[in-house]
Amino acid sequence: MSADVLAELDDLRVWFPAAGSAPVRAVDGVSLQVRRGETLGLVGESGSGKSTTGLALLRLVDPTSGRVRVAGEDVTGWSRRRLRTVRRRVAMVFQDPQASLDPRHTVAASVAEPLVVHRLVDGADARRRRVAELLDLVGLRPELGERHPHELSGGQRQRVGIARALAGEPDLVVLDEPIASLDLSVQAQIMNLLRRLQRELGLTYLFISHDLAAVEHMSDRVAVMYLGRIVETGDPTQIYREPAHPYTAALLSAVPVADPAEERHRRRIILTGDIPSPVDPPSGCRFRTRCPSARDTCAQTDPALEVVAGDHRAACLYAGDAVREMRATPSA
Amino acid sequence: MSADSRTRRALSALRHDPPAVAGAAVLLLLVVVGVAGQWLAPAGVNDVDVDQMLHPPSWAHPFGTDELGRDVLSRVLVAARVSLQVGVVSVGIALLVGATIGLIAGYYQGWVDNVLMRGMDVLFAFPVLLLAVAIVAVLGPGLLTAMIAIGVVYTPIFARVTRAGVLSVREQVFVRAAVSIGASDLRIIRRHVLPNIAAPLIVQTSLSLAFAILSEAALSFLGLGVQPPAPAWGRMLFDGRGFVTEAWWLGFFPGAAIFLTVLAFNLVGDALRDVLDPRQLTLGEARRSTA
Amino acid sequence: MTAEPVLAVEDLTVTLGTRRGPARAVAGVDWSVAPGRTLALVGESGSGKTMSVLAATGLAPRTARVTGRVRLLGEDLTALPPQRRRVLRGRHVGFVFQDPSTSLNPVLTVGRQVTEAAEEHLGLTRRQARDRAVELLELVGIPSAARRVDEYPHQFSGGMRQRVVIAMALACDPALLIADEPTTALDVTTQAQIVELVAGLQERMGTAVVWITHDLGVVAGVADTVAVMYGGRIVEHGPVDDVFAAPGHPYTRALLAARPRPGHRDADLPAIQGSPPSPLDLPAGCAFWPRCPVRGDARCEHELPPLTEVGPAHRVRTFYPSPPTGEDR
Repeated sequence: MSADVLAELDDLRVWFPAAGSAPVRAVDGVSLQVRRGETLGLVGESGSGKSTTGLALLRLVDPTSGRVRVAGEDVTGWSRRRLRTVRRRVAMVFQDPQASLDPRHTVAASVAEPLVVHRLVDGADARRRRVAELLDLVGLRPELGERHPHELSGGQRQRVGIARALAGEPDLVVLDEPIASLDLSVQAQIMNLLRRLQRELGLTYLFISHDLAAVEHMSDRVAVMYLGRIVETGDPTQIYREPAHPYTAALLSAVPVADPAEERHRRRIILTGDIPSPVDPPSGCRFRTRCPSARDTCAQTDPALEVVAGDHRAACLYAGDAVREMRATPSA
Repeated sequence: MSADSRTRRALSALRHDPPAVAGAAVLLLLVVVGVAGQWLAPAGVNDVDVDQMLHPPSWAHPFGTDELGRDVLSRVLVAARVSLQVGVVSVGIALLVGATIGLIAGYYQGWVDNVLMRGMDVLFAFPVLLLAVAIVAVLGPGLLTAMIAIGVVYTPIFARVTRAGVLSVREQVFVRAAVSIGASDLRIIRRHVLPNIAAPLIVQTSLSLAFAILSEAALSFLGLGVQPPAPAWGRMLFDGRGFVTEAWWLGFFPGAAIFLTVLAFNLVGDALRDVLDPRQLTLGEARRSTA
Repeated sequence: MTAEPVLAVEDLTVTLGTRRGPARAVAGVDWSVAPGRTLALVGESGSGKTMSVLAATGLAPRTARVTGRVRLLGEDLTALPPQRRRVLRGRHVGFVFQDPSTSLNPVLTVGRQVTEAAEEHLGLTRRQARDRAVELLELVGIPSAARRVDEYPHQFSGGMRQRVVIAMALACDPALLIADEPTTALDVTTQAQIVELVAGLQERMGTAVVWITHDLGVVAGVADTVAVMYGGRIVEHGPVDDVFAAPGHPYTRALLAARPRPGHRDADLPAIQGSPPSPLDLPAGCAFWPRCPVRGDARCEHELPPLTEVGPAHRVRTFYPSPPTGEDR
């Protein structure tokens, strides 16, 4: 089964040192496999550790413990120099293309940077041709290469960000909230583009987002994160229809739908309080402090991801039951 | 190609900015005078004429004469070279050393940062003249020593300005994006960090040039810089202070020369800073937006 | 429904002087909001949704030229001297902005900030103000308010900070609450809490709410009336149910269709091509024409479509109002 695993995190912990307190446990025991050719959606709210998890795949953060494997190679202990080869195979698209493109570089210079860094083309002519090709691939006219990022629209900028990510011909692309900062009418364009590129180039995606509808649309599998842990994974259709973890259920019920009639009659599970501090996560199940159907045992046992059905796993001692209970007695 | 076109665009933008054009004209004039001062001067710098002591400006001596009867115009013209040299070389030293230290400290952070910047703090804490005197004591007085001393004195300022800039640029997403594609540290510093901290460095440079020229005056006054009878603006300004009431021209003309030079550097520095920012389409626009 | 509107805007136009020439941010906008009701202003960046509200309440930037009529509680704001306008606004309008972390002053306790407006407009003493602050923090659901009133903003989470901002906005019992993307910076679960909170407060206090957002889901949940803005104009205006059930403007239809829907995973999304127009560079006719999937005729390109009635109180600005039931929904 491991033949089709392109990248893998094994019991990964990323703790950031904090001044005057215990470390911030951004990622605290995450195991994850990204299979070749798939889109794995990573969903969570702020502070869930989803972005840090994505950064870990490029080794842009140093793991506190656990392993990072890319294409079968354990890159956990690799030096900065050696990691540069990893960063050709795994590329990243950032949330805000305005911020992730150097304002002083032209579009062409930004797209060409991976080509230069990894010496993928010889000479200025070849470089220009390849940049034009890449811009064309993402639906931009090559003339735009001479512009600076501030002269483009948000959607065009994100296309540039994607072209740049693809320049090194990566196997895996980590998409960190790639549509979050875009206008609504542009989000669909970018999602369509990403799907087309995946089909044409055989790419593998880790799609990180807080937008549950977008994740469902894009992903073959979904992993839901809460406070540094994965709480549920599986097929999106299945998870969205029948979440087994109370957090997933609450998250799904909180997403407003563009249908006033449905909004009026919906029974929403409103969670109380805020996500606890990742400096000092709750004992046992991390969600128990906000879980409407938490029991005494939840404080003692730290639940592992257990199979619910087939590929569907959840980290809840009362997976399924807890959700049914919540739905029977909605808080509000 | 693109760098070329940007330079061209920057230059054409500069042309449409009257203050920048004026500043550039003055700088050009200064360079000409600096190179050819000796030949432009109507009299020798050390032609003493006891009959002509402390004459006010006249046709024969447009800037008047000093207490030894020397032609002030000639001395101001010849001194341009020394003053410019001191300014450019000492600020060059400060910029090169300071920016390098600031870059390394800001980019690598941690203990490297601590060691380097504490060193800069120590240097900064010394009174300027004491530091200069110490350096002169080691190297002996003279123009070169003065330039090195002034350079060392200004190094911590450049280190701080650079480090502050690097710290903020380093947090930008585009730097992380560059790391994510596998760019080396050297490349990131050269291509992403440096161009983005150029603006504060340019401003600091133009300001420091002014102060360096004035510092040379202080050092010369203490006998640690340019040795008399060689002329230097700062030195002349100081020497003229004893005659402010009876012979204002002794201090006025070298002072005006310093003022013009500093102003010219500042005008050009400001314009450069605006023009080097690709987000500003033209200089006029840049000016209006800051107004 | 015929209650006197709290705020009514008529033919509001805002022109901004920018570095690249005049930008027509808002052009001939009409809307009003009645007590206890919510008007949602929906649009993308540059649509003019925020600017129309800022201009209506006299908060437009100094470089803006504002024309039109604005009546707040029956008084014509545009005719008032700035000083009087400021007092009226401060007393009767509460604001909640997008980012709670920048709406609060980090060096003042939340208690002081919550009642700052009340001290000025209602003449409360320090002691009364503190009591009022505790009361307001309790009202917006901040636990142990009596203790937390003396804490600083950084000691609050994002969701709690937004509650503080809401408490601040409610300090003078405003007749109108203006909420500019109040949940955009928040997580969905927190967003649900804030939406619930505002709805509850509105019901109890009869406040009128203008809710500015780009999130159609939030609109569906909070609005009574919707105004969809594009290129500085309202392109569709009507009761929330009608607008969602039978969107009449090609833009509204396309926007609703472009959202991913469950069960359509295998198909590409019906995306709208291009980007929203810049207020600096608006087409002569219909601003949506260059991106419009209907793509009518030369009239669309050169002539501004009038607002036409397609249902009760439901108006659209297009030559091609869509049929009540479409083919792609």
